[in-house]
Amino acid sequence: MANASSHAVNYHTADGAPVFYDNGDHHPQQGTLLGFWLYLMSDCLMFAVLFAVYAVLGRNYAAGPSGADLFDLRLIAVNTAILLFSSITYGFAMIAMQHGKKQAVLRWLAITGVLGLSFLGLEIYEFAHLIHEGAGPWRSGFLSSFFILVGTHGLHVMFGCIWLVTLMVQVSKLGLTTENKRRLMCLSMFWHFLDLIWIGVFTFVYLMGVLP
Amino acid sequence: MSQDSHNDHDQDGGYHATVKGYVIGFLLSVVLTAIPFWLVMDQVLPSPRTTAFVILAFAAVQMLVHMVYFLHLNTKVESGWSLLSMVFTVALVVIMLSGSIWVMYHLNTNMMPHMDPQAARNMP
Repeated sequence: MANASSHAVNYHTADGAPVFYDNGDHHPQQGTLLGFWLYLMSDCLMFAVLFAVYAVLGRNYAAGPSGADLFDLRLIAVNTAILLFSSITYGFAMIAMQHGKKQAVLRWLAITGVLGLSFLGLEIYEFAHLIHEGAGPWRSGFLSSFFILVGTHGLHVMFGCIWLVTLMVQVSKLGLTTENKRRLMCLSMFWHFLDLIWIGVFTFVYLMGVLP
Repeated sequence: MSQDSHNDHDQDGGYHATVKGYVIGFLLSVVLTAIPFWLVMDQVLPSPRTTAFVILAFAAVQMLVHMVYFLHLNTKVESGWSLLSMVFTVALVVIMLSGSIWVMYHLNTNMMPHMDPQAARNMP
């Protein structure tokens, strides 16, 4: 604004009033949110590659077990329900945040965290069960691509849980400051994004995996 | 134009979630999740191929529901940059997925003529 000096542009109107070309319209105030969204998009590309790998290798059983032999759809249905519930509980935390209710935010975040951890617990149980049955990632191309795809999603959920606990500490200590609100919004995007990836996983890997 | 758009995303990024939006999204998701599970677990449709296409369609719709109701994606957030990057990403994903599947499918066909899995298993 103050750099109106030596360019061949009109900085004053005919009657001498200054003309400002930067009227404050474009400012990087919420650059974090857009940046975080771009990170999620790049993460999405990574998952797309893993999905492509699974699409290519997913039927290479190497005379080993197939998805129809291994997957327990009831467990997956429970896991899907848990993740879906955690999405709406996080949503309620965001709504409580908008209303400035700190305790409600903490309560909803805690519920979301418990749901996230239950999801992880069930997934670890499933993996341990598969490995115990001799169907570990080394068994066939199908199982390698299965473990890397579902495991990467699980790792994301784990880091989401760690992030969530960190934010709960932050919010309880510092309150709903502007920074904490921004962080909560980023985690919101992250959490819902993981749920979105899970739709692809349960459809493409589990449901289509047990089809004859 | 100047004052409005300036103050619009001042406090919380123009992010205004509502209980109604979340509940609608959640209910839609429940329905869109339950139907594919039901289709597969009870083998409702006659052919697996049809089932696969139907559940993929359900997944696509549910992803849209999540984007609209949970991720609050629309043309106004971040002046449309979020949506634009999303569209770009989706284009890349479609090219990557369909390209990989297409290429590898034909590779398999060309590498192993007249060989069923049983025959492949009995190879020396």
